[in-house]
Amino acid sequence: MLTLENIHTHYGKIEALHGVSVEINEGEIVSLIGANGAGKTTLLMTVCGDPQASSGRVIFRGEDITHKSTSEIMRSGIAIVPEGRRVFSGLTVEENLHMGGFFQDKDTNRKTQDYVFDLFPRLKERRSQRAGTMSGGEQQMLAIGRALMTRPKMIILDEPSLGLAPIIIRQIFDIIGSLRDEGMTVFLVEQNAKQALKLADRGYVLETGRIRLQDTGANLLANEDVQKAYLGG
Amino acid sequence: MHDVLYFLQQLINGLTVGSAYALIAIGYTMVYGIIGMINFAHGEIYMIGAYISLIVITGLATLGSAWLPLVLLVALICAVIVSSSMGWAVERVAYRPVRGQHRLIPLISAIGMSIFLQNYVHLAQGSRNIGFPSLIQGGITMGAEDGFQTSISYMQITIFVVTLVCMTALSMFISKSRLGRACRAVSQDLKMSNLLGIDTNRIIAATFVIGAALAAVAGLLLGMYYGSIDPLFGFIAGLKAFTAAVLGGIGSIPGAMLGGLILGVAEAMTSGYLSGEYKDVVSFGLLILILLFRPTGLLGKPEVEKI
Repeated sequence: MLTLENIHTHYGKIEALHGVSVEINEGEIVSLIGANGAGKTTLLMTVCGDPQASSGRVIFRGEDITHKSTSEIMRSGIAIVPEGRRVFSGLTVEENLHMGGFFQDKDTNRKTQDYVFDLFPRLKERRSQRAGTMSGGEQQMLAIGRALMTRPKMIILDEPSLGLAPIIIRQIFDIIGSLRDEGMTVFLVEQNAKQALKLADRGYVLETGRIRLQDTGANLLANEDVQKAYLGG
Repeated sequence: MHDVLYFLQQLINGLTVGSAYALIAIGYTMVYGIIGMINFAHGEIYMIGAYISLIVITGLATLGSAWLPLVLLVALICAVIVSSSMGWAVERVAYRPVRGQHRLIPLISAIGMSIFLQNYVHLAQGSRNIGFPSLIQGGITMGAEDGFQTSISYMQITIFVVTLVCMTALSMFISKSRLGRACRAVSQDLKMSNLLGIDTNRIIAATFVIGAALAAVAGLLLGMYYGSIDPLFGFIAGLKAFTAAVLGGIGSIPGAMLGGLILGVAEAMTSGYLSGEYKDVVSFGLLILILLFRPTGLLGKPEVEKI
């Protein structure tokens, strides 16, 4: 589904990614874990074309998207739930969802919205409330719902558990699992390595701009180095 | 009775000019709301709207077309089309190539654009005042025959009505339409909108075009109201409308409407009770006061530092 080949990405003159290769197959959850500043968000944003890779290739469903504009990439079947959720706080829940479905026709939007409301009944209750007045967990649900409204083939989640209560985190991770069961491809970036690896089919460990390890989620969980570095011993 | 009528007259005059200020102010506030920068060429867009209207009106008169509503409608449409294209061109030439640079750079390129447009009109139309025919005449008068009379002209009524229609249409557009929703989303979080596949460049261009169209409407209305125009016509009006936008809270559309009306009334009251020469002192004094004591304006929200 998505292939990253030897990606180098620069911020100004500083190179943040030093040749990263990642492969994500259709219908799997791939988790990317790593410490603060390892370049996880940079890697995700390179997929989205903002910033673009300075060398290497990004291939999505057989098409080279390395040098496409962000808006083109995001219209081609990739959706992102960004770090910090970034819901449109002045817009209502429903308006936020419609921004996700901006390029879909009315019928499709109605169907997808019903589907999102089934996943997150809370959003249905709050459909005409301004997004900025909701709790962090509800905003995270909205950010996921908004991404689903674009009818993506692959969904990228950047730190979906950040700042949320454990019970909400479990809920969110359950939803991510059920998305995969329905055939969605998921690329998940998390600092919460334990839960991310438990959920993942495969995982990558990113350290200072390089992939250090890759394996199945279960194997990485059992790996001593990973345990020491990311799972608190 | 005299006092009340006199006050009423100033109020009517103030609301007339104020609603036209509000129309221009919306262009400043929408562009600021979306890219966080002031479009300093906006006053010139308004001036060009006035010139185009005049040219069309004169042209139709020489052709012998005299049915007034049609003449005005054609003038309005032409002015809106030309000014909107200008607004689009200003964004394309003066803003887009330097977006993402230091804030001073687009500011300077916009001022350059403004000087260019002013001088272009100087060359093309001459620098003297040109009379603008007052096509809408007559009015309604109240008060005793021998005492002070309050009058509201049909021209003033036209300004109110047209402004009201434009404002209602804009509010509906912003709150209900798909593009309006996108405008709000982009002004709240440009990067996130881009991450939803929205071509933010087009939305930004759209705000310049909408603002320019409203400025063209104001150009036709105020040109007729004042009865003469010159290439500097847009300079003071632009500053006033900018003041109105800041007064109401820059970035806020209802704020621009409110700011325009307040400014217009404040000016009219100054002219009526003090002297016309203090008019500008009061409006820019108001700007200084608001910047000192409520920098976010009357309806503006405090700016959140974005990380």
